[in-house]
Amino acid sequence: MCGPLMYAFLKGGVPPPKKPEKQTPQRKNIPWVEKYRPRSVNDIAYQDEVVAVLKSIVKNYDMPNLLFYGPPGTGKTSSILAMARQLYGAHYTSRILELNASDERGINVVREKVKLFARQTASSYLPDGNRCPPFKIVILDEADSMTNAAQAALRRTIESEAKTTRFCLICNYVSRIIEPLASRCAKFRFKSLSNDAMTDRLKSICKDENIKCSDEALETLRKVSEGDMRKSVTFLQSCARVCGEETIEKNTVLEVAGVIPDEVIKNFIDKCSKNSHFSLQTAVEKLEMNGYSASQLIYQLLDVILNNDNIDMKNKAKICEKIAEVDYRLIDGADEYLQLMDLGSVLLENLPNY
Amino acid sequence: MSLWVDKYRPRSLGKLDYHEEQANMLKKLVQSGDFPHMLVYGPNGAGKRTRIMAVLRELYGHGVEKLRHEHQTFTTPSKKKLEISTIASNYHIEVNPSDAGIYDRVVIQDLIKTVAQTNQLESSSQREFKIVLIMEADRLTKDAQHALRRTMEKYMSTCRIILCANTTSKVIGAIRSRCLAVRVSSPTIEQIMIILTFVCKKEGLSLPNELAKRIAEYSQGNLRKALLACEACRVQQYPFSDDQEIPKADWEVYLKETSSLIVEEQSPNRLLQIRERLYELLVHCIPPEMIMKKLLQELMMNCDGTLKTGVIQAAARFEHRMQKGQKPIYHLEAFVAYFMAMYKKFLEDGMTADW
Repeated sequence: MCGPLMYAFLKGGVPPPKKPEKQTPQRKNIPWVEKYRPRSVNDIAYQDEVVAVLKSIVKNYDMPNLLFYGPPGTGKTSSILAMARQLYGAHYTSRILELNASDERGINVVREKVKLFARQTASSYLPDGNRCPPFKIVILDEADSMTNAAQAALRRTIESEAKTTRFCLICNYVSRIIEPLASRCAKFRFKSLSNDAMTDRLKSICKDENIKCSDEALETLRKVSEGDMRKSVTFLQSCARVCGEETIEKNTVLEVAGVIPDEVIKNFIDKCSKNSHFSLQTAVEKLEMNGYSASQLIYQLLDVILNNDNIDMKNKAKICEKIAEVDYRLIDGADEYLQLMDLGSVLLENLPNY
Repeated sequence: MSLWVDKYRPRSLGKLDYHEEQANMLKKLVQSGDFPHMLVYGPNGAGKRTRIMAVLRELYGHGVEKLRHEHQTFTTPSKKKLEISTIASNYHIEVNPSDAGIYDRVVIQDLIKTVAQTNQLESSSQREFKIVLIMEADRLTKDAQHALRRTMEKYMSTCRIILCANTTSKVIGAIRSRCLAVRVSSPTIEQIMIILTFVCKKEGLSLPNELAKRIAEYSQGNLRKALLACEACRVQQYPFSDDQEIPKADWEVYLKETSSLIVEEQSPNRLLQIRERLYELLVHCIPPEMIMKKLLQELMMNCDGTLKTGVIQAAARFEHRMQKGQKPIYHLEAFVAYFMAMYKKFLEDGMTADW
């Protein structure tokens, strides 16, 4: 009897949001992370099992509550956004509630905002007449930083509003989601991106943006970002800004990523194995003058120490323990100079002298 | 008459004396039109601020040098009023949120929101964004940093943030990965010498090479300190001589005396004296971390090699506690007492061994 348009009207369809008129001048200022976010489920790199499930959701409209977990930059948020975009087309913003837990968390938000949103019914037609699933999606990003009370408050809401709303929880550590909540969701683990997947994606961005990047630089980029796609794309954009028309080289990548050159680390270790407090002091002073960050230094130092076969196991253990302690103190805001001196003095005693 | 430090501060990117490559890079960045958030870090007196101001000038022209002081009031959730002084031009606003202590999150959120919500007039003839310059970003609380992270993405179209910090260790990863990190390392001894000679020439003075070298070494890569010391030398004695004494900061001399007092005698009475001296330093606003650092350096020079490791570790431990605790004096004193005990034991052991 009624056309699809009418349906949309009766069931409280929302008029399409007005597009901001001035979009072109700001276009180029968009971070690439946003620009190259996958638009459809098919574009998602590397997470094959998850993609298979999401595809069937898009096809059958049969969606359970989801719980995505995995290390940062593996595509958790991108996946759910891409799926929502495919389900609801251009009107997806009105059908999802995205809560970023880093600023709006706490039990009050769950009680008011989430409940209110969950209660509204949704029609199974979009304003433009296309069919869509008759539910809305609440995305709780960084759910592991929600308080336990807030998580507990979600329990009942998830079940009672199942007719109209689906939830998607996203977190880094699944162990920080309370058990009753986790058992109400289908869990999916996102793996760290493989080297190939990452290189491919970076290459395609380079091509689209028309920037030149040497293979060595790409390799370095991949290494410093440790499987985190977002990090690597941000670094790539920074490098591109710095280099402009020129080819991106390895050193630029290292500098932008704030990685300390290997020679500096090696030099520091050499100085420490001289068994002189004076040379240690000058080495630390030099590091400080160059402005290298201490936390980055100990992170890279750990790698070098672990891979050095000349050091006795017992001594290695002692050094590692000190590194851990220094890291903890640095996070508490302790002075870098003193902490590095402390670490250096332990290195001095435990490194083989030559 | 202004100090040499201000008088000869380079005003544009082209005039910077060292790190020319970096200056070129910054210039390219400005010209490309797409300007990212920036995190400038490096030790004191390396020229972070000079570079930031030069970038601002490159972006907006002379207008940024017309500065005005503003007092802004913020209200915390618990209805407490905060007053923060900011320095602003038509194009940028500079703020030091760590003045607000634990309420820095409120400052960050309110300030950036107000700045970001007003668009620039006539965006066709000038940049379409303003700059918020946040000093001492490494002293922001974790809360404030998390708040910043959202704001940085949300208001990207109207506002850019430049963070200035001494170290990136205390800046959370989420912010670091959103900024273009620019490391400003200290100038080398030679670079400082060249600058000192240049400045003296401009002032119509002749600076002997030997003295320039000594001043540069004394400054430990801190150009501000070097220039101030040089000016102090000028006031003290002119014409310069090679072996002229460089006037040291009062507190450095005072600490040196303190450390020799510690080494001289180890007794509860002496500890009381030291306490008074430490208080004296603290009431003169010498940062406790600085006292600890300098004290360690002085004591290291005066003690036996076998003790050094212990002293370093104690200093690191007590300094960490100082950051966690409330009153620095306890921890400074604990360090001194610890050192005294260790030193005395060492001396006594040495004596029995001799017998």
